[in-house]
Amino acid sequence: MTKLRVGLTTLVSMLASFSALAQEPGVDEKINLAVKPFADAVAGAVFFSFPVAGVQIPFVLVWLIIAATIFTFYFNFINLRAFKHGFQLVRGDYHDPKSAGEVTHFQALATALSGTVGLGNIAGVAVAVSLGGPGATFWMILAGFLGMSSKFTECTLGVKYRRELPDGTVSGGPMYYLTRGLAEKGANFARLGKVLAVLFAIFCVGGSFGGGNMFQANQSFAQLVNVTGGDAGWLADKGWLFGLIIAALVGLVIMGGIRGIARVTSKIVPFMAVIYVLAGLAIILMNFSAVPAAFLAIFNGAFSPEGISGGVIGVLFQGFKRAAFSNEAGVGSAAIAHSAVKTNRPVTEGFVALYEPFVDTIVVCTITALVIIITGTWDPSVDPSAGVQLTSNAFETTFTWFPYVLTVAVLLFAFSTMISWSYYGLKAWTFLFGENRVTDLSYKVLFLFFVVVGSSMQLGAVIDFSDAMIFAMAFPNLLGCYFLLPVVKRELNEYWADYKAGRLVKAGAL
Amino acid sequence: MSAVLMVGVDGSNCGGRAVEYAAEHARKSGARLCVAYVIEWSPFSFSTVQENMERHKRREEELKRAYSEIIDPIVSRLKSEGLDVVGLVRHGDVAETLQILAKENDVTNIIVGRQGTSKLKAHVFGSVGSHLVQGAECAVTVVP
Repeated sequence: MTKLRVGLTTLVSMLASFSALAQEPGVDEKINLAVKPFADAVAGAVFFSFPVAGVQIPFVLVWLIIAATIFTFYFNFINLRAFKHGFQLVRGDYHDPKSAGEVTHFQALATALSGTVGLGNIAGVAVAVSLGGPGATFWMILAGFLGMSSKFTECTLGVKYRRELPDGTVSGGPMYYLTRGLAEKGANFARLGKVLAVLFAIFCVGGSFGGGNMFQANQSFAQLVNVTGGDAGWLADKGWLFGLIIAALVGLVIMGGIRGIARVTSKIVPFMAVIYVLAGLAIILMNFSAVPAAFLAIFNGAFSPEGISGGVIGVLFQGFKRAAFSNEAGVGSAAIAHSAVKTNRPVTEGFVALYEPFVDTIVVCTITALVIIITGTWDPSVDPSAGVQLTSNAFETTFTWFPYVLTVAVLLFAFSTMISWSYYGLKAWTFLFGENRVTDLSYKVLFLFFVVVGSSMQLGAVIDFSDAMIFAMAFPNLLGCYFLLPVVKRELNEYWADYKAGRLVKAGAL
Repeated sequence: MSAVLMVGVDGSNCGGRAVEYAAEHARKSGARLCVAYVIEWSPFSFSTVQENMERHKRREEELKRAYSEIIDPIVSRLKSEGLDVVGLVRHGDVAETLQILAKENDVTNIIVGRQGTSKLKAHVFGSVGSHLVQGAECAVTVVP
């Protein structure tokens, strides 16, 4: 007990003194300047862009969309074919009574969704629609639709090559299918697989500190400041305080093992998501007469936009970018979450994973976009970091109390995303450095450190870097997926044959 | 075909009385006994990534604990009297799972205590007994 107290005291005083330091004027500047060259170099490499019709398109986006398209065709539009069966699986129609108590398809999906549904759906969409016009919605939906195939592939592989440890815990994800999956193809592939897995792990750690941590802390704080008086409010310069509180809560969960907080959050998050969707639907229904015009604007804007820089390509870029940032299809993080499901047919989890980009992008993002279009609150001169404000305003036109609900929702989404990513990052860290108490503790302390950093500072360059890390994960992940496509196809064909022949056992009705 | 009686236990005193009632019947009629304990669990709950990864391990621990702390003492005591008894533990919704287990084991009579360990839940959602009475395919006995 004394050791714990000493450890906690040290941790708290470290974080507190850091935050005190962070408050001093100029510290952000100094750190920003110090980190900027490195961050810019990395972000520049990952987001290496080439011009298409006057618009700079990052290669990684092309990489993601091309993979999604190829997978969609390779699996013959599995995103459409398996849609109904995926729903049946989630609903529990094929649940084996003997495995009651294990992780169900529904639980795996819900957990993965709570990690991906977040600020991207709320803030990012506003930015996309503002910069790309209503037409961006069309490309966003298309990208979401294609991304379903990427999720299908990576989640099937995640379950197929997971590790079941002797103590009963499960470990799965790209690091495992890149090593074990590629090893099945021969010695050269095994070497490649090892390299890809290490690269993935490095980027995953970066992503877990950046997009999964600092970005969440930073943006949720921004929204909190918004509803408490903006720059003139009491909270405006108390980012460090917010950071400390959130770090304490996250710390209690990931270090103190106080699961209660995470459990409460994981129960409230879906509830908030439903409220958000219902509010959005309410606004859409209340303005029912404006809906056809909105869809017209979307279609027109998608193919013949007026006044959008870059024309059709520019609009396409905004839509694709938002979908990719929001549903993480192809990045590989979802494969980690979905790998916990209890099943001996890996492809079933692939079917279930189809619903992730569907719910995330095609449902939630589209609702956000429609609300913004219908209420006419999109603004081409928007500052990308003010995305949440825009969505908040859009909902506020109809529900004046909504910004407060949105703030609570944003805080909860951010918190649950942080919890999920802390796990992904920890797995990547221990993959690189081995699994023992020192590595475990060191990662968690670093994670909490970055929570405070994220909320304390204006770190434009660092945020770019952290987004870059998440996208960088898609390079090794999708490369491995390409090589493993035949494996997935085999699983799919076998299962589909069983399904069509009626050999699958349906859970008996009572 | 001999009768099969299933007793739902939950560690409460009432559950204990249900066991005694069932045991008494089994002694008189020579029926087989199934002592069943259901660990409350829902396939539609929400959890964190870490919880999911550890779920299998937790489930094994829960099953082990249920057997060792609740089922085995009852089963061994009844076995020593010479009764034909088997113990079952399953996760799920209590009433639904008892029905599933009853079907799997060709049970002719489900016996439960009237009051479980959670009075508030019983008041709000209905007790296990009331759910069983409304839905079970065999006779249901509720022991006060």
